[in-house]
Amino acid sequence: MCGIIGVIDRTKARMDGSSIKKALSLMKERGSGEGAGYVAYGIYPDYPDCYAIHVFFDNLVEPKSKVDEVLQKWGRIVHQEEIPTYEQPCLKREHIPWRYFYRPYTEFIVGSNNPAEDIIKHLVMTVNSTIQGALIFSSGINLGVFKAAGWPEEVADFYRIEDYKGYIWLAHNRYPTNTPGWWGGAHPFNLLDWAVVHNGEITSYGTNRSYVESNGYKCTMSTDTEVVAYLFDLLGRRHGLPSEMIVEALAPQFWDEIDLLPEKEQKLKRTLRLTYGPALMNGPFAIVVATSKGIVGFTDRIKLRPLVVGENGSRLYISSEEAAIRVMDPEVKSIYMPRAGEPVVGRVVQ
Amino acid sequence: MSLGSVPLKYKISIDRDQCMKCMRCVDNCSYGVYRIEDDKILIDSRRCTACHRCISMCPRDAISLKEKPVDYRSHPLWTAQAREDIINQARTGKIILAGMGNAMDYPIIFDRLVLDACQVTNPSIDPLREPMELRTYLGKKPAKLEFTKSDKGDIELKTELSPNLKLDTPLMIGHMSYGAISLNAQLSLAKAVAKTGTFMGTGEGGMHESLYPYQSNMIVQVASGRFGVDINYLERGAAIEIKIGQGAKPGIGGHLPGEKVCSDVSCTRMIPLGSDAISPAPHHDIYSIEDLAQLVRSLKEATEWKKPIFVKIAAVHNVAAIAAGIARSSADAVVIDGFRGGTGAAPKVFRDNVGIPIEAAIAAVDKKLNDQGIRNEVSVIASGGIRNSADLAKSIALGADAVYIGTASLIALGCRVCGNCYRGLCPWGIATQQPDLVNRIDTDVGSQHVANLIHAWTLELSELMGAAGINSIESLRGNRERLRGYMLDEGMLKVLNVDPVGA
Repeated sequence: MCGIIGVIDRTKARMDGSSIKKALSLMKERGSGEGAGYVAYGIYPDYPDCYAIHVFFDNLVEPKSKVDEVLQKWGRIVHQEEIPTYEQPCLKREHIPWRYFYRPYTEFIVGSNNPAEDIIKHLVMTVNSTIQGALIFSSGINLGVFKAAGWPEEVADFYRIEDYKGYIWLAHNRYPTNTPGWWGGAHPFNLLDWAVVHNGEITSYGTNRSYVESNGYKCTMSTDTEVVAYLFDLLGRRHGLPSEMIVEALAPQFWDEIDLLPEKEQKLKRTLRLTYGPALMNGPFAIVVATSKGIVGFTDRIKLRPLVVGENGSRLYISSEEAAIRVMDPEVKSIYMPRAGEPVVGRVVQ
Repeated sequence: MSLGSVPLKYKISIDRDQCMKCMRCVDNCSYGVYRIEDDKILIDSRRCTACHRCISMCPRDAISLKEKPVDYRSHPLWTAQAREDIINQARTGKIILAGMGNAMDYPIIFDRLVLDACQVTNPSIDPLREPMELRTYLGKKPAKLEFTKSDKGDIELKTELSPNLKLDTPLMIGHMSYGAISLNAQLSLAKAVAKTGTFMGTGEGGMHESLYPYQSNMIVQVASGRFGVDINYLERGAAIEIKIGQGAKPGIGGHLPGEKVCSDVSCTRMIPLGSDAISPAPHHDIYSIEDLAQLVRSLKEATEWKKPIFVKIAAVHNVAAIAAGIARSSADAVVIDGFRGGTGAAPKVFRDNVGIPIEAAIAAVDKKLNDQGIRNEVSVIASGGIRNSADLAKSIALGADAVYIGTASLIALGCRVCGNCYRGLCPWGIATQQPDLVNRIDTDVGSQHVANLIHAWTLELSELMGAAGINSIESLRGNRERLRGYMLDEGMLKVLNVDPVGA
């Protein structure tokens, strides 16, 4: 059991992190004090075209020099600094969170439609699987993940997330079972523009993992949520599927329902299921995924985990609990529960 | 010098107090174990094959059978089998023939793999209350979807699917030809697959007219002898399978003895009456992988690209690379037949010593196709020694899309795995062409038994999946997280890509 919440302001009006901290802290029962995290989009307006690479270092000696070296090989570090943190009485500092603002040299590779992103993906996979004591946990443009092993309010205070302002926020409160409550295992998970928070357990993990690994991803964080980020990256960025279609691939309608659809729709859904069978996610889950363009929330095909949606003007909230939405926005206008597998999409209005 | 006789394999005895002399044993035994003299049933145990026909027909349970009634001096190396094979070959100077699957005592990997179930952190799914999807599509799949935007801004699907076979359950009946088995046996299987929404193979024996009503559930086979193959045959099949090899006898061809080639068999196979039907070891138009790709394309062209083409190979050491080569042709599915696969007749030395177990072959093929990023583009069908729904579930978790069963479906028709299929005297009416024996199968009853078996395994598979928190078969496919190895060595765990129990 975990608690998740996400919010988007579709007009890109930025919100500071104080209200989502309150909302997540309210869902204390859903966690165990071993992991919490936040991701926000639009927080680095000073570096609008740089990849913000957040790294957990075990120390600033060997791992950092190795990461510096590989980053400098592939691009230019525009700026780097330790992520400001503030000691909390009960939060043991396991790593040193660091951030780089980075521009890759795109002329270094061929055969890619998006060399910058492919280089960043390559760097994330390389650092995380080969450099001991370094873990890249955030790698998108103008966004950042802040997470640690602790209760929601401790983690929020550790990073002082109220100092960041973003137009999309996702947050997660963790009750770890599968993997120990280490910092890297806390959510959100991020790769490039994709960030994921997830409540549940993916019983299809073995199948999904083989599928993403056969497409060049490496699962290094020993948790099933990571694979969701990679699936979204593969289907969304590399295959160019719109988010509704990705959700349909990951949590498709049942064949009995598909059989009853009009022929054209039936054909689309059958083709989608056959093509992306190994991407189908099974087991109980509620997930919210974000990109800079919007958020999408959905559950497994028989809704074994809760998901509630609230709306108020330009703001869309998706959460495990209605109470969390209400504490974030007491004025929230409509609240509803999406059906199993139904995608809830909030897009940025350009 | 005479070698004398070897000891009896089986000893039959009749409890004379129980026996009511109904003579059913006499009538039913096609091997001539029983005869009547002076109103007494006499027994020639030497002829017995342990087919159990008499035992199953005896209304008084009066017959008993003892295996190996005479002991040899026990010896760990010079087993009775080793000694008898030598005596046999000293007498005949011939290759020893054998039926059914591998009879050597190799460890069974399936029995060293255990499945998973949910507890607390994720709820198990009750298939009686929630949907459980076993529907399986076999055939080429696109690597990714492509869309175009219409003028109105609607998203239109650009990708076209190749024809796929739709199975209601990931369980098919493998290729057993008319000739190897009887028409009534084939008809029973055909009716059963039609009833259960799955498919069966014709084998390399053509398709008899009486199977035409079930042709949409039949996969026709093109093997090295090309028996029964013409355009009519190809067009009748729901899919076409090119048979390169067979798990029971990798690397060699087939031989249907002339005695089994009755007039119906000769018509269906398109060969002269009473002639031996010999399938050569290789296809003489396939001497390399590109030749195979050509044959796949030729068959596709002949049937206007409307039918999936499968390629069946025996599981040999290099199975993964071969499967990857096949996947690169236009073939839709690779069938891998493990070394426990059954046969009507194979040289014993091949049946018992050549090839690798299906469990390792599936995992190796799955890995190779994954490494090359093409796993989902081609289907993998596994066969060879699948005995129950657990073997089925484990095969899928190791990476198969579906399985073929052969022996199991015959057991549902009465077969007791006596292994004398090649003699053409099958008292159950399965591996024979003698009309009186063939008529022992009532195809309505037989098909119901086979359909029951498929249905029962399907139910059990649903329960196993539900317990593992999976409601769609594609999430079990290749899902090693749901498997653990029990007392398997490290090398084997690595090949299977499975963690040991407790890990």
